[in-house]
Formats: sequence, structure tokens, C-alpha cells
Amino acid sequence: MSLAQPRSPWHLARVCNRLALQGFGGILAVAQHEFVERERWLSEEEFLNLLGSAQVLPGPNVINLAIMLGERQFGWRGVAAALAGMLLVPGLLVVALAALAQQVLHLTAVQGALRGMGLVAAGLLLGTCWKLIKPLRRSILGMPWVATLALAALALSAGLRWPLAWVVLAVGGAGMALAAWKARR
Amino acid sequence: MNATDLLQVAGQFALLSLLSIGGVNAILADSQRILVSQHRWLDDAGFAQAVALGQAAPGPNILLVAVLGWMGAGPWGLLACLGGVLIPSTLLVWRFSRWAGAHQQHPALLAFQRGCAPLVLGLTLAGAWVLAKPYGQSGWPAWALVALVAVGTARTKLPPLAWLALGAAGGVAGWW
Repeated sequence: MSLAQPRSPWHLARVCNRLALQGFGGILAVAQHEFVERERWLSEEEFLNLLGSAQVLPGPNVINLAIMLGERQFGWRGVAAALAGMLLVPGLLVVALAALAQQVLHLTAVQGALRGMGLVAAGLLLGTCWKLIKPLRRSILGMPWVATLALAALALSAGLRWPLAWVVLAVGGAGMALAAWKARR
Repeated sequence: MNATDLLQVAGQFALLSLLSIGGVNAILADSQRILVSQHRWLDDAGFAQAVALGQAAPGPNILLVAVLGWMGAGPWGLLACLGGVLIPSTLLVWRFSRWAGAHQQHPALLAFQRGCAPLVLGLTLAGAWVLAKPYGQSGWPAWALVALVAVGTARTKLPPLAWLALGAAGGVAGWW
């Protein structure tokens, strides 16, 4: 099965826009479907490779992946196309939703609905944590260290309210040193 | 709200951008610190509402930063927060994606990836804590909902929108 390529930055932006509009609360699965199965711009393996790099670098993972794809094909125009496709229409939609909610915020029913949605948002994030734990069971660090480091990050960030930079330096630094040490043995 | 305030927020989000390993979940707790505790653009409940609205709309999760900015300080707030959080990481990815792609097995990158995974987990937990905190005075039905959604998303394939709809409907009915 031969791979295809985006025809133009405009084409790339349209596909990014289409996939972004299909994703509710995370677009990774949709991106895989659109880039690999539907458009066949990337093989399964290439997708995982790009995703690997996208996850190492800071920033939203799927947007990073689209930026890399765009840069490879069209240089800076591809970067702009990927960003615009991912963010423009969904951004306008989400702001319209927020503006609408602000208009009707004084209604008891709306306050109740937003309260319920806020609780669900917390639950969704906890569920995400559960999904993050699964691959960590095979971590080179071993579960006791994974748990210690994760709880340290939680305590420093939520409990002591350390700025993120310090938490990343302390916990990320300790984790990296440990991972490097374990890999060498 | 003045220009200094906006620039400060943009600068703080630009720093978060470079630290946002694994995406937006890792920077939620710090966004709350900046927007609620320091600049008082939002209160705790408003912050949780903005995040919930961000998740109820289609698109990448990072757009919830746009909602935070919009709810806090209108269009300029949106530009400050979203611009701040996107520009540095985009430039970094643009510049270093080829290098990272060619050196995926580099020991330093492997150590980074493995060593930072527990950090991302802990920061995501901190984000969940920050979102749940304003509801601390609620009764058991609220906590039951949080637990139900947490277990439900981990165990079933139901889309987040379905849970948000349940939360909203129950909220209108006054269940939690």
C-alpha cells in the first residue's frame, strides 16, 4: 500500500480542521484514523515514530505531530497550515460556547449544569490518570519509584503550590537521573 | 486589567508552554495559580467552569486555555493565554522535531521520556485536585459523580461528551 501526500498547505489545513472537529476531549485517536487510515499520509509505524517525538517535546502532542508533518512537507507554510487547521474553527466554536454560557450564567439551571460539568471535568482527568498508569507498570524505574515521584509531583504542585518550573526541575530531574542510572546497569 | 497584566500573563504562559510535557493536563494546576491566585481573573469555580466548557467543545484540549483567557479577560485575555502557551512550544517543535526524530534512541531522550512519565502523572493528578477543590463543600452525590466518571472513562469507551451531558443534566435537576 503506497503512501499519499498532502497536495498543498490548504489540503493539510482542511484535513487538520476535519479531524479537530471530530475530537471531543482529546483528538489522538481521530488523528491516527485520519492521517494513517483515511489519507494514508503516514504508515502506522511512521505515525508512532512522529508521536514519540511529539511527546518528548513540550506542547500539545497532536498539534506537535501535525506541525512536524506540515514542516516536513511545506516548511513554514505547513506549520502555519497545521496550526490554523487545528485551532481556527474549533477555537471560534469554543469561544462562542463560552460567550454564550457567560450570557446566561445568572440562570440557576445554567449554574447547575456548569457545576455538574465541572465535577465531570475533574472525574475525566482522574480517568486520564488511570490510563497513564497502565503503561507505567512496565517502566524501567519500577512501580515504587514511579509512585514516589508521581506523589512528590502532586504534593509539590497541589499541596505546597510550587511553581511548575521547580517541580519539573526537582521531580523530572530526579526521574531522569534515575532512568539514566537504571538504563546503564 | 491593563497591558502590564496581560503581558505578565502571556509571559507566564510562555514559560508554562516550555514546561507542558505531555500537553495541557500537566499545566492545569499552574494555570490556576496564575489566573486565580495571582491575577484574580477568575475564581475557583469560574476556573473549573472554563475547563469544563473547554472539554465540552470539539478540538484539541489546549483550547481550554483559550476559554480560560476569554472568561478571564475577553479577547485580549484569550490572545495572551493561547498565544503564550502555543508560540514557544511551536518554535521548539519546528526547530527540533527533525533532531528528535533522528535520535529517538538517544540515551538522553530515553531518560527524559522515561524519567518524566511519573512527573506527568503527578501533575495530571494535581490538575484533577485543582478542579475538584471548589466543590469541597458538596455532599456525597458530587463525589460519587467524580468517582463514577473516573472509573467510567477508565473502563468504558463512552466519549467525554456523554459524561459532560450527564453532569450537566444532573446539575440542572439539582442532583449534585
